[in-house]
Amino acid sequence: MDFINQHIQEIYFVIFCVFIGIEVISNVPAILHTPLMSGANAISGVILVGAIIVMLKVPEDDYLNLTLGGIAVFLGTLNISGGFFVTGRMLKMFSPKKENSK
Amino acid sequence: MQAIIEIGYLLATLSFLGGLKFMSSPKNAKTGNLIAASGMTLAVVITFISAVTETVPYTNLIILFLAIAVGTVVGKRLSDKVEMTGMPQLVSLFNATGGGCAMLLGLVEANQMDAATAILGNKILLISGLITGAVALTGSIIAERKLAGKVKDRRTKLVIFSARFLLLLMFLLPGLYFIGFIPVEFTVFMYILAVIAMVYGVLFVLPIGGADMPVVISLLNSITGIATAFAGFVYGNKVMIAGGIFVGAAGILLTLLMCKAMNRSLMKVLAGTFKKSKGGAVEEEQEIKGISVSETALALSFAQRVAIVPGYGLAVAQAQHTCGQLQQMLEKRNCEVDYIIHPVAGRMPGHMNVLLAEANVEYSRLKEMDEGNENMSQYDMVLVIGANDVVNPAAENNPDSPVYGMPIIRAHESKQVVVMKRSMGKGYAGVQNDLFGLDNCSILFGDAKVSLQEIINQLKLI
Repeated sequence: MDFINQHIQEIYFVIFCVFIGIEVISNVPAILHTPLMSGANAISGVILVGAIIVMLKVPEDDYLNLTLGGIAVFLGTLNISGGFFVTGRMLKMFSPKKENSK
Repeated sequence: MQAIIEIGYLLATLSFLGGLKFMSSPKNAKTGNLIAASGMTLAVVITFISAVTETVPYTNLIILFLAIAVGTVVGKRLSDKVEMTGMPQLVSLFNATGGGCAMLLGLVEANQMDAATAILGNKILLISGLITGAVALTGSIIAERKLAGKVKDRRTKLVIFSARFLLLLMFLLPGLYFIGFIPVEFTVFMYILAVIAMVYGVLFVLPIGGADMPVVISLLNSITGIATAFAGFVYGNKVMIAGGIFVGAAGILLTLLMCKAMNRSLMKVLAGTFKKSKGGAVEEEQEIKGISVSETALALSFAQRVAIVPGYGLAVAQAQHTCGQLQQMLEKRNCEVDYIIHPVAGRMPGHMNVLLAEANVEYSRLKEMDEGNENMSQYDMVLVIGANDVVNPAAENNPDSPVYGMPIIRAHESKQVVVMKRSMGKGYAGVQNDLFGLDNCSILFGDAKVSLQEIINQLKLI
């Protein structure tokens, strides 16, 4: 019960996010599904935020957790940078041709 | 100060939403990607500023910055190097890193928190984040290996049984632990769960057929999103919750869309089963007509409207550029060329569109299945390149066929169909394709790229 009391705001927030998310994404046409997926994949890299928070809490001499945390930060960053760069590369192929054809 | 941090997170959340919204049109999609990426940068910077204090040791900061720097560089290099045909593998790999991050985060956080005073709800959240992260990690790696053709399907009873057993364990163990049946420390318990979940991830993807990978990738993508949302809950961090949930919703939506396009339920895809033909269905002898390259070229030279139906075979043969050349050539001869793309063509949702975009095909030429079907009778010729099941008329008129009910591209309704095939092998569904026996259909045997090149050469002479 404590948990519910503490987190009621977040619970509302999750429910709204689910509906808003579905509403926004269902309008994406099939030709953009791959960039959408890889873009969404990059967004899930926001887990990095958590990894940074935890990394700043670990004691200096706790080598095991420093290592694990370091790897977590590395993986999270890789997810974000790779995801956005690759999405950008794909989308670049979709956009310029339109201008050429006119 | 607190207010600035909150506003920063709010802006980041909005940027994710805006970024996804902009993705709905090819014209704005690039802007959308930029918006989301800047929002992400903002979220990371804000987090750092809000969490850093003077007491944070230098070792931590050095490791943190090093990890971020290396991660950014590696990500950039990987994404610059990848071939468009290898896109599904890379996306899958990036998804694995997200899952891995979520899993490690769960472990480190469990080590840090005071297990005695932490409330049950937070422990459950940590466990959920850990399990989903670990499944996404190993599942995505196996999916990547399968897409690369390095791992074969294993649909043995043992694999399926062990997968179910582990799934049960993952639900059961936390329950037993919290009642006090498992007398180990919370951190140790977390390591045990991480291992179980990682093994489950492997076994979960192993039995699923290679052609169902689009479904699996988008499902795993959504699982990573959910893992992120769980972690966001632990920290009460709204930008993590929002980001995670949006991704989760996008993944689930795409998953269901793919399943619908194959007329199979998600459960069936995951079980790796395919509807068996009903007993009595005897395969009829087909009379197959071959066609030569020069005949195809000749027919194309007279055609006014041509449709190309690309399938995964096109991508395997790396023939998208040659295909684009053929299109330009036909257009010079005042012939209209459209591409009709089945929703599950390629190895991930929308993959074929990306491949064709790479070959400089204008996206207004890319037609979705329904639009193509409506105008099918107007096409003088339909070229089917490396696709099979998606043009099988049995899906519409033979209730005994395993593919019955799957939406198809009705190539058989056009005036003439030429199917480019390597051999008489069957498609993924392993069924005979009724299209090949029809009067208006002929088959051009050979490698798609070579055949296309030869057609282009012949057309130049005509």
